[in-house]
Amino acid sequence: MTQESTPTTSRYLTPFNVVAGIVVVVGLIITVLRFTGGLSTVTHLSDDNPWGIWIGFDLLVGVALAAGGYVTSAAVYIFGMKRFHAAVRPAILTGFLGYALVVLALHYDVGRPWRLPYPFLVSQGTTSLLFEVAACVALYLTVLFIEFSPAAMEWLGLKRARGLVVKLTLLLTIFGVMLSTLHQSSLGALFLIAPAKLHPLWYSSYIPIYFFITSIIAGLSMVIFESGLSHKFFKEKMDEEHLAGKNVVMLGFGKAAAWVLAGYFFIKVIGIAADNQWHYLATGYGAWYLVELLGFVALPAFMYAVGVREKNTTIIRWTAAWTVLGIVVNRFNICLVAFNWYLPSDQRYFPHWMEIGISVFIVTIGVLAFRFIVTRMPILYAHPDYEAH
Amino acid sequence: METIHTLQEFMLHTKNIIYILMVLALLGMPAFWRFLNGRDED
Repeated sequence: MTQESTPTTSRYLTPFNVVAGIVVVVGLIITVLRFTGGLSTVTHLSDDNPWGIWIGFDLLVGVALAAGGYVTSAAVYIFGMKRFHAAVRPAILTGFLGYALVVLALHYDVGRPWRLPYPFLVSQGTTSLLFEVAACVALYLTVLFIEFSPAAMEWLGLKRARGLVVKLTLLLTIFGVMLSTLHQSSLGALFLIAPAKLHPLWYSSYIPIYFFITSIIAGLSMVIFESGLSHKFFKEKMDEEHLAGKNVVMLGFGKAAAWVLAGYFFIKVIGIAADNQWHYLATGYGAWYLVELLGFVALPAFMYAVGVREKNTTIIRWTAAWTVLGIVVNRFNICLVAFNWYLPSDQRYFPHWMEIGISVFIVTIGVLAFRFIVTRMPILYAHPDYEAH
Repeated sequence: METIHTLQEFMLHTKNIIYILMVLALLGMPAFWRFLNGRDED
């Protein structure tokens, strides 16, 4: 008995599992503290800074990075780019898990989870952008769940149900693009209410457009980034189509990302010109703004283009990781760094370690769920009993 | 820099710069597209 259990035990005691286990245990303890002691027990949030990293990272970054689902499904099912078909299921899964974790993270910030349906059933604030965001995220999470469900149904052997859902693919894709366009831009539009609080370089009446365009960049980059990681860690799960499609996806999505980044760079510069904010570029905040604009927009646009020209997937993969970091920097800048920028430093927000702990906990749950699903369901390979859709 | 007193002056100033930037964008984007696809055409 002892001899049999030893290999099994050692198989589970990998460095990743040990670290993930510690993170989950610490996360659960902080969760209990948050829901029994309130926000002040585990956060540095205040009336001046009511939104911390649970909104800036977990929600704003989470929603942006989950955009790969609608970007990929639109490319394949609406624009007919069937050569990217292998990327659809991993992208839908990443999007589904991303949105599910966004909703989970929102509970930590808002509290009282049983009141989640209130915006729809009890107190409809139909003139509020947050109502639109709540409605779109709720509907889009449902759409992503249905889009993801054929993989689970193939795993469970539910042939008839799978056949019904597959017929809805195009309809769901169109619905998903509509919902994403609405709420990705509305998350940026939330900041239109605070022109005096957000630094003039980051504030713009075009901010909803900026958020929507950066979601496309985030989606494209996240698919490349995730594809690179999947090829490294789940290669044995992949079939020929996925193995052969790696370079096609990276080169195609890299080219699209380079083009969208270049366009985004121009409209950002035009945004500064439209508000005549050039003089702020000579300040400390201006230097940081230039780091974001040149380092995380212009540089990846150029590096993606070099990678695509040279057909060098290593450059494209690293550029995707850099761009994902750039999306994090952008959302942090808008939500935290450039927000309340005029306040003295002692009144500025810096996250409590337990806030960071919850964010790490939520990302870890996402990675564990992704691993659980791709090692069991046909995400990185086509199920032999079913025709591709 | 000339002082801006009225909305008319502000709009004239910012639009002038935006028109110049748009010309640069109209030249820059096709050039970037050519750079992006340069090796494909070879």
